[in-house]
Amino acid sequence: MRDKILILAIIIAVLAGLAVPFFYSKIAGGTAPVLAPPPGGEKQCVEPVEYMRKHHVDLLIQWRDARVREGVLKYVASDGKGYTISLSSTCLGCHSNKADFCDRCHDQIPERPRCWDCHGRPEKGETAK
Amino acid sequence: MTRREFLRLMALSGFTLAAPADILKAEGVSKKAPKRWAMAVSVFACAKRDGCTSCINVCHRIHNVPDIPDPRREVKWIWTSPFEALFPEYPPYIQGLRGRQVLTMCNHCEDPPCVAVCPTKATFKRDGIVMMDYHRCIGCRYCMAACPYGARSFNWQDPRPFIKAVDPRYPTRAKGVVEKCNFCEERLVSGLPPACVEACGGDCLAFGDLSDEKSAVRRLLASRPALQRKAELGTKPKVFYLL
Repeated sequence: MRDKILILAIIIAVLAGLAVPFFYSKIAGGTAPVLAPPPGGEKQCVEPVEYMRKHHVDLLIQWRDARVREGVLKYVASDGKGYTISLSSTCLGCHSNKADFCDRCHDQIPERPRCWDCHGRPEKGETAK
Repeated sequence: MTRREFLRLMALSGFTLAAPADILKAEGVSKKAPKRWAMAVSVFACAKRDGCTSCINVCHRIHNVPDIPDPRREVKWIWTSPFEALFPEYPPYIQGLRGRQVLTMCNHCEDPPCVAVCPTKATFKRDGIVMMDYHRCIGCRYCMAACPYGARSFNWQDPRPFIKAVDPRYPTRAKGVVEKCNFCEERLVSGLPPACVEACGGDCLAFGDLSDEKSAVRRLLASRPALQRKAELGTKPKVFYLL
């Protein structure tokens, strides 16, 4: 056991290397993305902000399946308010600033939604109103 | 138990079995009949307006159908073909139709083979329309092989560079998905007729619900002889060609 210290050092180095992702942002000074509010000054989203932050993809998938597969046109929110199911006119009707809203997070995380392959890109003036 | 009694009992039990089914059927009738959208193309009226493409133009414009010149890669929802190409089983004894351009599109079959073969249910039937869920399409093109009418097109490349002006009210498609006519489902839900029918200036197209006796299509089909493309295949096409 002559190399006890060396082995220990290597183990610690490897463990530290594996743990890098846990404190990388603190060292490298990564910042949480700041999302721009809707340019139109709209305050109320379809569902509460907390829910939207975590589950917007669930809502989008629910809307997509309801509209395309079931032919449902309206979504009734948890507060009882009705919304037309449409990504390009309802969602982007308020969040017309895709570059300062969707992209702020999605440029930083490895989740690349492919909505814009087909749906109107607001930065190119392709928002339905 | 005599043979006669046994038969009586059998008949009675048969009746009790059948009765609930009848009751269910009666309930079904009282509910609204399912939609069976259909199109009627007046062949002679359409052929007379040789060179007119207003229905094709409006459809392709509002649905962001790309205009790709290469015929091997072209994408089309509604187009014209010579009569004998659409109806090869009808010899040219139908006077004056040989070589005439006739409008064609997805037939929105009642028994659609494309829906049967789709492995992801990307193409499915709802409210009498054979629809596509482009989100689910994996581009396997089974549906194109299954469709006897060639009504489906595949996006071999990103279609956007080939769209002159993107209409933001309807999505485009992406590379690797199949697309086709949707009977203007997005217009039907707001009570509007399909765009091609609205755009036609020559009374060549009629649209309506086959379940509705008063619909324009039902009246036309009752009054004039009509053809269906490849009716012998049993797909029950819902685009009719009035003679």
